[in-house]
Amino acid sequence: MSDAQTMTLEEREATLGGVGTARKRKEDVRFIQGAGNYVDDVKLPGMVFGDFVRSPYAHARIKSINAEAALAVPGVKAVLTAADLKPLNLHYMPTLAGDVQAVLAEEKVLFQNQEVAFVVADDRYIASDAAELVEVDYEELPPIVDAFKAMDEGAICLREDIQGKTEGAHGLRKHDNHIFEWEIGDLEGADKALADAEVTVKELITYQRVHPSPLETCASIASMDKIKGELTVYGTFQAPHVVRTVASLLSGIPEHKIRVIAPDIGGGFGNKVGVYPGYVCSIVASIVLGIPVKWVEDRIENLSATAFARDYHMTGELAATKDGKITGLKCHVLADHGAFDACADPTKWPAGFFNICTGSYDIPVAHVSVDGVYTNKAPGGVAYRCSFRVTEAAYMIERMIDVLAQKLEMDPAELRLKNFVQPAQFPYNSALGWEYDSGDYPTAMNQMMQAVDYAGLRKEQAEQRDKVARGESRSLMGIGVAFFTEIVGAGPSRNCDILGVAMFDSCEIRVHPTGSAIARLGTKSQGQAHETTYAQILATEIGIPSEDIGIEEGDTDTAPYGLGTYGSRSTPVAGAAAARVGRKIRAKAQKIAAHLLEVAEGDLEWEIDRFKVKGLPEKEATMKEIAWAAYNNLPEGMEPGLEAVDYYDPPNMTYPFGAYLCVIDIDIDTGESAIRRFYALDDCGTRINPMVIEGQVHGGLTEAFGIAMGQEIAYDELGNVQGASLMDYFLPTAVETPIWETDFTVTPSPHHPIGAKGVGESPNVGGVPAFSNAVIDAFSHLGVKHMPMPHTAWRVWKQCQELGLTK
Amino acid sequence: MIPGDFEYHRPNSIGEVVSLLSTHGDEARVIAGGHSLIPMMKLRLAAPEHLVDLQDVAGLVGVSEDGGAITIGAMTTQTELIASKVLAENCPIIREAALLIADPQVRYCGTLGGNVANGDPGNDMPALMQCLGATYLLQGPDGTREVDARDYYEAAYFTELKDGELLTGVRFEKPVVGHGYAYKKLKRKVGDYATAAAAVILSMNGGSCVSASIALTNVGDTPLYAQAASDALVGTALDAATIDQAVALAESITEPASDGRGPAEYRTKMAGVMTRRAIEEAKERAQ
Repeated sequence: MSDAQTMTLEEREATLGGVGTARKRKEDVRFIQGAGNYVDDVKLPGMVFGDFVRSPYAHARIKSINAEAALAVPGVKAVLTAADLKPLNLHYMPTLAGDVQAVLAEEKVLFQNQEVAFVVADDRYIASDAAELVEVDYEELPPIVDAFKAMDEGAICLREDIQGKTEGAHGLRKHDNHIFEWEIGDLEGADKALADAEVTVKELITYQRVHPSPLETCASIASMDKIKGELTVYGTFQAPHVVRTVASLLSGIPEHKIRVIAPDIGGGFGNKVGVYPGYVCSIVASIVLGIPVKWVEDRIENLSATAFARDYHMTGELAATKDGKITGLKCHVLADHGAFDACADPTKWPAGFFNICTGSYDIPVAHVSVDGVYTNKAPGGVAYRCSFRVTEAAYMIERMIDVLAQKLEMDPAELRLKNFVQPAQFPYNSALGWEYDSGDYPTAMNQMMQAVDYAGLRKEQAEQRDKVARGESRSLMGIGVAFFTEIVGAGPSRNCDILGVAMFDSCEIRVHPTGSAIARLGTKSQGQAHETTYAQILATEIGIPSEDIGIEEGDTDTAPYGLGTYGSRSTPVAGAAAARVGRKIRAKAQKIAAHLLEVAEGDLEWEIDRFKVKGLPEKEATMKEIAWAAYNNLPEGMEPGLEAVDYYDPPNMTYPFGAYLCVIDIDIDTGESAIRRFYALDDCGTRINPMVIEGQVHGGLTEAFGIAMGQEIAYDELGNVQGASLMDYFLPTAVETPIWETDFTVTPSPHHPIGAKGVGESPNVGGVPAFSNAVIDAFSHLGVKHMPMPHTAWRVWKQCQELGLTK
Repeated sequence: MIPGDFEYHRPNSIGEVVSLLSTHGDEARVIAGGHSLIPMMKLRLAAPEHLVDLQDVAGLVGVSEDGGAITIGAMTTQTELIASKVLAENCPIIREAALLIADPQVRYCGTLGGNVANGDPGNDMPALMQCLGATYLLQGPDGTREVDARDYYEAAYFTELKDGELLTGVRFEKPVVGHGYAYKKLKRKVGDYATAAAAVILSMNGGSCVSASIALTNVGDTPLYAQAASDALVGTALDAATIDQAVALAESITEPASDGRGPAEYRTKMAGVMTRRAIEEAKERAQ
């Protein structure tokens, strides 16, 4: 008898390591030993290196570029400028948002550190030395730094390449510096709700420009084999298949002759969705030179030139009754997109899914409009650990709820409870057009309030406020509540595509004769533990232990086409494909089992890792046996092998939610905030791996903490980017990071094959308003309605000073 | 973040260092722990053509006692300062300040000499050396000389150090037994330079302050010795009004830059808050 036959059910479940198991992260074995394989670890024979000449100015006309001195440096292979790219029509590249972005600046530079020339040399040192020798003659122009001034009458036109064009990718352009206006909802209804309301509130809420700042910066290696006509590109790509398609469309090289490989990626958080000039220049240089060209950006380049996030100026308005029932929402957003609209959203969504901004509340009528404008700042607008513009939406509504609560003199938790979409209302159609799949908000909120003793905290806060008033303490206590609803898992082909490619995803599996398997997916992990969790989904479906299922992603020659990993879409989309591909395998396995056991298919039942004959429990066929039989003992007429592929077009998005609470203590004299407690309850539906979920929540909360308390890509009045280094840009270390308490409820998604919703981004979406609300709540009794993020010590101190609290 | 080209030298003696520095003039820089210079070189804010590495130079490491004085070699690392029994017993403020410099990895490499020699206003040890009344030991082609820490700094990155000279160590008189001390540093996170920091050493006798010394970090383009604030404490019981006065005097000598840590106004006020807290803690610790 084999081990498999003597094991108890529990032992077999444990061996399986399927859905619900806190399986250790398989990929960590190599990551924590320094044995990962990142782009910069890839070294190809004969490889040379590229480095950029970048603009020192935010806005200037390029009068001339002289590369003679650079080209004279021994070891320099080439210096590319826009003049070299223009004949190839590659001096501009299309963006995901329907705009174009300069690969190398042609006539003008539009943001500081914009790419002007690309120097290729035998090593990075020579490339950097030579880049310093490229002489660029600039004529400085006045920059537009303040988005609110971009559309002023007489404002200088930034984008001369589209000057006078009144029609953009998303409709009418009202000004040369206007990109689009996007509108949704019932304007008349929302205006009427506000006009008729017993109580209204209005607040300008700015979500500052930040940067995803993954530890690994962006990088690529292009290798053109001129004999075979084949291009291989290694890169930091969250969506390698889309990169292949775009590379083919841009270069004219047939898609089957392009291989894109995303090896291990050291964090993405949205930074690695877009296509950057460095990728294009390394490809062009390799095509020109016929040798591999590597480009790796440094930290300053990463922070200052690639893919910022947010920069949304949101004016929210709520209408409500005196007793706190919200009757309408209106929001206008001024969106600062920088010099090019390189926002990474599904093509038809210029402001992403910002219209999730009714949040967790049953708001009968709402209207949103978004104006996108150009400024002299770096392009981007990526979804930094969130679904497209969802964290902006959540921040706006969760702040506005607190502003309303203050006006109503009502507890913010109570106001939320009063306005929640109720469990019986699901599937819930929001006023701005989404169909929320499932949720139980009151249960989650009440569980949170009990876990933290919410009433006790408020009592303590009142006592602490008295102490401060009596001069017995110099510490203010703030309690931040946030209840978020996300929209993730883009997305259904009816409304989501990237440059025309529907946002499905895929899984392909081969079960080997000895009962192990390899599965490949169209997504790409950047640290999310796909190798661990996809194997668990498959294990549960096909009865092969997760340890025996290899997972591969990121090589377009081997993996099925997929749209990549961002917007928490891996589990909702590719995870669904994995479940469905497993079901295809199991269906074939059932036929083989019936053949092996000489019974009808319908006489079989599934149990963990095998089929059993109903009523005859000793008659069984394990998946190991079935896998072997698939290659040598099949029912007549059945094709050998045990393989399947599934492309999954989700019927709907998924809507994870959660209840967060933050307790903060503020030192009045320095403005420093100490996070005393942070509790996070997440409902992501079916939980595939509780340990991975907890890790995701810890990471997302740490980023949310960074954003709310310190991160900002700021510019001075000349458009000089401030503090683009990790000295100034706040990445919390273990010392600053608070202790996280995590909790959960489980409300499965009704449409996802295993009911899972995605979790990686929830803590960023819910965390930011929880921190911000806590800081502002500390001052709410003094009449403070809003304070701008990031809540750095000096800004908080300034608030204390304005209130006359400082000495 | 790629440095320019340079020649690397690794001499064994102070004499060789001085000779290299004299030969190459301002094209040469010494490198100690490298944690200030290498980032500057990567940013190409510094582009020395000759790097003179001090790590094999004999006689630059260690803390020694000589009667009432303590001498610390320039190549003594922050980690070694933290671990020093001599300092823990005689001058614990050095350990307290060193523990607030960067992070353990940096402190394994970063040296006292590197911290004080270059005139980087962000560094913590210069103000502390001024607070201690330390003397810097310099050696050059013409022999050795000594400069008071309070006279050494001229402006950001400009010091009394002449071409061809090496800072070989610092020396200071032990603070009196039973002195009170504190180094208070406000920073945004581990690894950051101070938004403002204050070093205070004082001694009490029968409830009265008999000596006091206050210096400030990173609120001007040099470290600032707060003479008037120090004087204001002496002869008092360090009552609230006196401390208020000293804080105001300390604030009045600051000229901080506005940067990511906050506007100048904030950093001045924080110099005051750090001074207040350091005085209060030093008072509590004084015996």
